Amino acid sequence: MIPAAVDYVRADSAEAAIAALAEAGDEAKLLAGGQSLVPLMRLRLATPSVLVDIGRLDGLAGISVDGDTVGIGALTTHSALEHSADLAAACPLLAHVAAQVGDPAVRHRGTLGGSLAHADPASDLPAAVLALGGTLVATGPGGSREIAATDFFTGFLESVLGPDELLTEVRVPVSTGGWCYQKFNRRAQDWAIVGVVVAEGGAGVALVNMGSTPMRAAGVEAAVAAGASAGDAASAAADGTEPPTDNNADGDYRAHLARVLTERALVAAGA
Amino acid sequence: MEVSVTVNGTARSADVELRTLLVHYLRDVLGLTGTNVGCDTSSCGACTVLVDGRSAKSCTLLAVQVDGADVTTIEGLAGPDGLHPMQQAFHECHALQCGYCTPGMVMAAVSLVDEYDDLDAAGVRVGLEGNLCRCTGYQNIVAAVLAVGE
Repeated sequence: MIPAAVDYVRADSAEAAIAALAEAGDEAKLLAGGQSLVPLMRLRLATPSVLVDIGRLDGLAGISVDGDTVGIGALTTHSALEHSADLAAACPLLAHVAAQVGDPAVRHRGTLGGSLAHADPASDLPAAVLALGGTLVATGPGGSREIAATDFFTGFLESVLGPDELLTEVRVPVSTGGWCYQKFNRRAQDWAIVGVVVAEGGAGVALVNMGSTPMRAAGVEAAVAAGASAGDAASAAADGTEPPTDNNADGDYRAHLARVLTERALVAAGA
Repeated sequence: MEVSVTVNGTARSADVELRTLLVHYLRDVLGLTGTNVGCDTSSCGACTVLVDGRSAKSCTLLAVQVDGADVTTIEGLAGPDGLHPMQQAFHECHALQCGYCTPGMVMAAVSLVDEYDDLDAAGVRVGLEGNLCRCTGYQNIVAAVLAVGE
């Protein structure tokens, strides 16, 4: 289907984008790579009045390692994450997860900031940033603020980002401890039916598609910290979750998958 | 809005609605109908083109997003000396039956072998996961891509 009619503003700076958002009001949407937004517009599930195109803000793309922190511009594509030698050395988990998103054509256009701002619980990268204990930097009319990834996601496709805020950077700690991403689906290219990300040997564990938001598996993390075996720790993977039921799986099956995948991921990560 | 794109080496420009998708810009405005529309959901890859040398699904891009970019479609692959090596490999390996997915498949394959070194059969299958073929069972497509990528 063809998207509904829409106005368009091409931003030439982050400040211009924020100003355009503030002027356009609640019905404006930021357009980065568009790999989530344009399909939704085609289905007319999203009908923004104005698109504020930030896709040319090259200053918001790039990966830099400073001490024990990796700073990633919000417009960095999944493909750039996948192929970055710096990221492979400083945070191989994030580079690997980026390579599991969609297919190469999607990864060439889709951006890390876009994936986080879209806040889809079935997406790969939000769970990875959660498991890593990342921090998001949002910029609005009043300046910038840092948001812990654990505080960012508030509901299905919803986050704490204000309507006039722009994600500018994602920061994750340098993380070379044991890690694993278990993504379970039936067809190539699909979203995960359930996914489990383990970072730093089990210190960080996050779940994909186990509720209305990407989420940490706090019970698993606590059990690992207390010295539990991978199997015992994984038994807590679905605790407190409300996994969805859909054509791919019912909630009970998703809970089962979460436990099985968590055990596999913990073992692979050396927990 | 005026959208200017270099398509297959030629500067093209047209005034289009802001909601115009790149695939419609190519097909309906420029008359380049080699790029097919398949699934409408960004899944099948029939509409794959190269944007600045990298594969992209032209049904999932607005034309305004590629204003100023270089776009290569299936019509732009062959040169004065004949078919592009990937087209030739598809021909020699019989990597198509009905042909509907073929333009997108070839463009995705060209991008894939450029992007990834040391491709093996498994890597080609994963790398082409965004391009669906309902006829061939993929075997000969994988063989064609490997013939170029190795």
